[in-house]
Amino acid sequence: MTRVFISRDMASVALGIDEIARAFADAGCEVVRTGSRGLFSIEPLVEVETAEGRTGFGPVALGDVAAILDGSDPNRLGDIAALPFFAKQQRFTFARCGIVDPLSLADYAAHGGWIGLDIARAAEPRAVVDAVKASGPRGRGGAGFPTGIKWQTVLDAPGSEKYIVCNADEGDSGTFADRMLMEGDPYCLIEGMAIAAHAVGASHGYIYIRSEYPFAIQTMRDAIALSAGRIAPFTLEVRAGAGAYVCGEETALLDSIEGKRGQVRAKPPLPALSGLFGKPTVINNVLSLAAVPFILSEGAEAYANVGFGRSRGTMPVQLAGNVKHGGLFEVGFGITLGELVHDIGGGTASGRPVRAVQVGGPLGAYFPPSMFDLPFDYEAFTAAGGLIGHAGITVFDDNVDMAHMARFAMEFCAAESCGKCTPCRIGSTRGVEIVDRIIAARTNELARAAAQDGTLGKALYSRAPDRIDVSLGAQTTLLRDLCDTMKYGSLCALGGFTPYPVLSALNYFPEDFGHFPEDFGAPAPVLAAAE
Amino acid sequence: MGFTRETDHGTPPALATGRNVTLTIDGEQVTLPEGTSIMRAASLSGGAIPKLCATDNVESFGSCRLCLVKIEGRAGYPASCTTPIAEGMVVRTQTDRLKQLRRGVMELYISDHPLDCLTCAANGDCELQDQAGAVGLRDVRYGYDGATNMGQPKDQSNPYFDFDPSKCIVCSRCVRACDEVQGTFALTIEGMGFDSKVAASQNDSFLASDCVSCGACVQACPTASLIEKKVVETGTPDRSVVTTCAYCGVGCTFRAEMRGEELVRMVPWKDGKANHGHSCVKGRFAWGYAQHQERIINPMIRASVSEPWREVSWDEAIAHTASEFRRIQEKYGRLAVGGITSSRCTNEETFLVQKLIRQGFGNNNVDTCARVCHSPTGYGLKTTFGTSAGTQDFDSVEQADVILVIGANPTDAHPVFGSRMKQRLRAKNGKAGAQLIVVDPRRIDLVKSPHIEAAHHLPLRPGTNVALLTAMAHVVVTEKLYNEAFIRERCDWDEFQDWADFVSEANRSPEAIEPLTGVNPADLRAAARLYATGGNAAIYYGLGVTEHSQGSSTVMAIANLAMATGNIGREGVGVNPLRGQNNVQGACDMGSFPHEFSGYRHVSDTAAREMFEAAWGVELDSEPGLRIPNMLDAATDGSFKGLFIQGEDILQSDPNTHHVVAGLAAMECVVVQDLFLNETANYAHVFLPGSTFLEKDGTFTNAERRIQMVRKVMAPLNGYADWEIVQHVANAMGLGWTYSHPSEIMDEIAALTPTFAGVHYDRLEAEGSLQWPANDAAPDGTPTMHIDGFVRGKGKFVVTDYVPTDEKTGPRFPLLLTTGRILSHYNVGAQTRRTANTAWHPEDRLEIHPTDAENRGIKDGDWVGLRSRAGETTLRALITERVAPGVVYTTFHHPDTQANVITTDYSDWATNCPEYKVTAVQVGLSNGPSDWQEDYAEQARQSRRIMSVEAAE
Repeated sequence: MTRVFISRDMASVALGIDEIARAFADAGCEVVRTGSRGLFSIEPLVEVETAEGRTGFGPVALGDVAAILDGSDPNRLGDIAALPFFAKQQRFTFARCGIVDPLSLADYAAHGGWIGLDIARAAEPRAVVDAVKASGPRGRGGAGFPTGIKWQTVLDAPGSEKYIVCNADEGDSGTFADRMLMEGDPYCLIEGMAIAAHAVGASHGYIYIRSEYPFAIQTMRDAIALSAGRIAPFTLEVRAGAGAYVCGEETALLDSIEGKRGQVRAKPPLPALSGLFGKPTVINNVLSLAAVPFILSEGAEAYANVGFGRSRGTMPVQLAGNVKHGGLFEVGFGITLGELVHDIGGGTASGRPVRAVQVGGPLGAYFPPSMFDLPFDYEAFTAAGGLIGHAGITVFDDNVDMAHMARFAMEFCAAESCGKCTPCRIGSTRGVEIVDRIIAARTNELARAAAQDGTLGKALYSRAPDRIDVSLGAQTTLLRDLCDTMKYGSLCALGGFTPYPVLSALNYFPEDFGHFPEDFGAPAPVLAAAE
Repeated sequence: MGFTRETDHGTPPALATGRNVTLTIDGEQVTLPEGTSIMRAASLSGGAIPKLCATDNVESFGSCRLCLVKIEGRAGYPASCTTPIAEGMVVRTQTDRLKQLRRGVMELYISDHPLDCLTCAANGDCELQDQAGAVGLRDVRYGYDGATNMGQPKDQSNPYFDFDPSKCIVCSRCVRACDEVQGTFALTIEGMGFDSKVAASQNDSFLASDCVSCGACVQACPTASLIEKKVVETGTPDRSVVTTCAYCGVGCTFRAEMRGEELVRMVPWKDGKANHGHSCVKGRFAWGYAQHQERIINPMIRASVSEPWREVSWDEAIAHTASEFRRIQEKYGRLAVGGITSSRCTNEETFLVQKLIRQGFGNNNVDTCARVCHSPTGYGLKTTFGTSAGTQDFDSVEQADVILVIGANPTDAHPVFGSRMKQRLRAKNGKAGAQLIVVDPRRIDLVKSPHIEAAHHLPLRPGTNVALLTAMAHVVVTEKLYNEAFIRERCDWDEFQDWADFVSEANRSPEAIEPLTGVNPADLRAAARLYATGGNAAIYYGLGVTEHSQGSSTVMAIANLAMATGNIGREGVGVNPLRGQNNVQGACDMGSFPHEFSGYRHVSDTAAREMFEAAWGVELDSEPGLRIPNMLDAATDGSFKGLFIQGEDILQSDPNTHHVVAGLAAMECVVVQDLFLNETANYAHVFLPGSTFLEKDGTFTNAERRIQMVRKVMAPLNGYADWEIVQHVANAMGLGWTYSHPSEIMDEIAALTPTFAGVHYDRLEAEGSLQWPANDAAPDGTPTMHIDGFVRGKGKFVVTDYVPTDEKTGPRFPLLLTTGRILSHYNVGAQTRRTANTAWHPEDRLEIHPTDAENRGIKDGDWVGLRSRAGETTLRALITERVAPGVVYTTFHHPDTQANVITTDYSDWATNCPEYKVTAVQVGLSNGPSDWQEDYAEQARQSRRIMSVEAAE
């Protein structure tokens, strides 16, 4: 019986792969459902087991089954791992994804699973924390805080009750790495969490997954049930989110798990000292925790040897938007933006010139191609007025209107604001209004809202719209002032980072705002991150 | 004194760790306790960082972003409210960058806020206005043509305050105050982002919501979004005077905020040791009775209760009163007259009334309303511990690990302490909440309310307290959970052994008494184990303990349990009676009982008596006088003819109304000194109009023995403070009193009462309050009693045998009635019924279990007749599972209902405290008021007629 490997990943399913899998089964094949390999231009992808190894075909249509089975299909890709998109990668975290049956404990063990946990459990907790510190991974959720230091704080925190919380509320546009890993290699995350639990002395963990990820929720629940014996006495449970972007912020996520309204908490206290239910808590992103088994099994040095500057190890970069070869590309830090967009991604899918890329989700900065020599590195991106975030890259061609993109950033913030802090609660709504005035004014500088007449309008003169200077210059100044208030005044990164896309759009694409660069000189200097 | 807001340091004090931190704020070195916020540190050192969402009675929140500061060596601009101080930290609170950011935030606030400051109710008392000024906002460049939350309708449903969402800045202070301070969790923020708005319950109106109108949200609101209706009507106050609330025994202190002689609002005082800046609907809002149109301000007399009242001058009324008492004594003898002191009046006034009786009447026929509430506490705690008072201060509850509430309903009857208790019952900052045991026939709110759930609720059958507590002792003794070291050191070991043998008998086990109490024995055992072994265990009890035929036994059974487990003599433990009235503790302390002088010294104690005789220059009776029920008995027998009643409505509050009526009707001179023509006044011959707590100086003593100042904020409408009226009567009887101020009365009390020796007005002024004993042995007063030993020496274990009450259910009266109070009303309701509190509770209702209701064909809201061996009344039914099958419950706030027509003459064996809590009754559908109610209403109408007079004086 021929064995075929077909992804069960949500993205593949969206491309109709379930029917194709059924067709192979009907044709008498043994169908092994795996995770996704992570290159969407070859999906739906089918790999057939042959004497030479797995041979890939893609993209596959329903009618291609027979041709694939007799080897005559023209979409034959050969060994998937040998394709340039994969050959250039350093798959530390995603090594098993797309290869193994996600829920097969045998597969997991056969592909190096549990080695890290066994090594960790044979060591003192402090030694495990030291190894993580030495390997140098930083928070993959976006903040880039050193994971080892966070663990150290929890280890040193007094108290017998501690928690491991995995942030799987992957809400950034253009990102899917967390989902792919949870659907394609759930035991890797479980192992990482079990190692973290041993390292800091926790006995229970939560995985908080956004409700828009039903496959990931189900896969993780199944995997937790199947591996319960392997990770005992550590126990895990999945909590499904309720659809709020802000619950991806770690303290709002903790409140949400506690059953409260998902609102950002002021820090201090740090969650590491007073987190879930007031107990010391490790809260890490999926990718941070999933990197840990490799670090333990291969050694801290193997991980730390890869990278750039203070950004060590690999980053699973996600290419999306208007890009030819979208997908997951895990690589050591230091690769340039241009290499990612052009060499790996192959430029735009539309074939038109790239005008901008947004890195780090809806709160990330827009970069023009003139900045494509920027290396993928936390410090370099910060210095350039942007952020790596969760390493999602969204590509736009030259049809994009950057004023609309700035408006979208404010609109996104307004829609997702929890309403706790003033700069975000009111500022995002005012931001949309300002950009609307700019869009109106850039075509007609003289456009002004009609002045309200009548006694009240005069009595309350400061409220009358005709007091408001709606000129392009005044509104642009106001937009910059608002961004300053939001960036430095907001309680969390939602309000604090919204200025990144807005200001980068304004600074790098002033012509879309009715200005030309000479109007206002050099872009505003880049200042330190918000609190 | 001009009006200033109380200083708000922004965040609460840090939890004490004993470690200090030194930092630099704006160039000044400051040393403060570790954990203090930068905001509080700056405020304590005289600065004021702009803030809106921070206020020091709730935890910091960090949402307004006005309080940003610069810390050397740290990135960004952290919020000073949420950032704790650290050693060596260098903070700057005002820089160009900070000014820019704060102005940016304020500009956003004002872009969604009306600019109607001049006509706004909070004008001049608005933090948003102040902070806009402080940050120098000069322009709002966003305009007003964009999105807005303005223009939403006001919610004016609450009778005392308005909610105007247009003025809301979504700081969440109201929500947090409701959660953290009050513990009701009635408020929330609905929606997200720009649409976030404050909502009561599930978007109900405030009145229809779970809101209990404690006022914490109104106090917390920095704008006019939540504001007192009285401020809307009147304007802002111009001065404030700190005084003590005249409602329950918690003894909250308030700032009476005034404009001229008009009271604008009562705002709980943050420095108040009993309430720490919190309040309930009564003290905060329900003071309108003081100016109510039914208030009587002219003295009145009449020859017979069938005549209308005749208004007279004070001179005539006083002279008439004095001559009547002298006449009666000449005709019927020295013992034919007596008086009742008031638990609502000040210590000084109470002291004078008992002095009038002992010195002027020459007998000990003085009693007080504690007779009908906490007299068993006096007897029981004096017998076992040696003093008649609770052992702790309220703050002690913070240290409790297990709280046992028995026969008390703190969230209704002592709401501010109830909230305090709830704070301790909830987990906070990672610290687990205290565990709760509730012993009560009703499922009171504490049993289960938001974030609180009792570990055990033992819903016993009314009247079986002693059996239940003895069974708890049985578990403690037989399972060897008692604290032998404590008992050997502090108590009489032989007495303990006798008691231990008694409680260990098999017929006192939880299993054996289940048929009596109806309480699951496993639950009872678990509760006893928790009490004995759960750490610091504190008992709080109320009238559900005392108002029984075995009230005194129950108090002693409680004391036994506390002693056996060593839960006495330190913070977090103790035996705490929750006193009902504002000054019931004080009235007892002041010698209001017929057998005791002030400080609980028996009238037969020669040394004590000689002290008073020397001071007062007369010989005093060494025989105890008559208690209230004995006075009424003597009146119906014809030997008691004159009664002076200050501030008590015995006709409505005392049991078996028929008997009270008969007693009063048999007297020749009943003098009532009160604010209103109360029910007792229907049978009075002289009415001396009283003054409110706002109209006089004096002191009240609360349930934690705390003596606090009452201060005059306006002139008495009736012309005199109550103490002055009593002095006039005394002098008309020739006693020659010369007090010119209540402080002189307190000086006399201090001189004659060893436990009050250190109490003087200048100290109370300086320190705010003192807890007695305050004397040379305890110069700073006594927050916790019995620390090194019991007042009586060795703690005394008293065997408490359960004797069932004679009031029994049977075929004719198959249900047990128990009575109590409700949050919005106070006692007989004379005050609260004359306020808008009737919005919550316009009538007394009969709580009945659905099963009992269905058996009788009763639907919710039906009129039902309530019948006992003593009498019958009607009221409307409220069907609820709060009460167990077989038990019905009602309140006694409304004279139309007269719940005490139903209650019986049975009383505590030791103190005559009436058995209000157990009456066998029958309930059936009814068409309307009973004959008694109709007759009573007609008599009251006749009796309250006042003859108009031409230009008196």
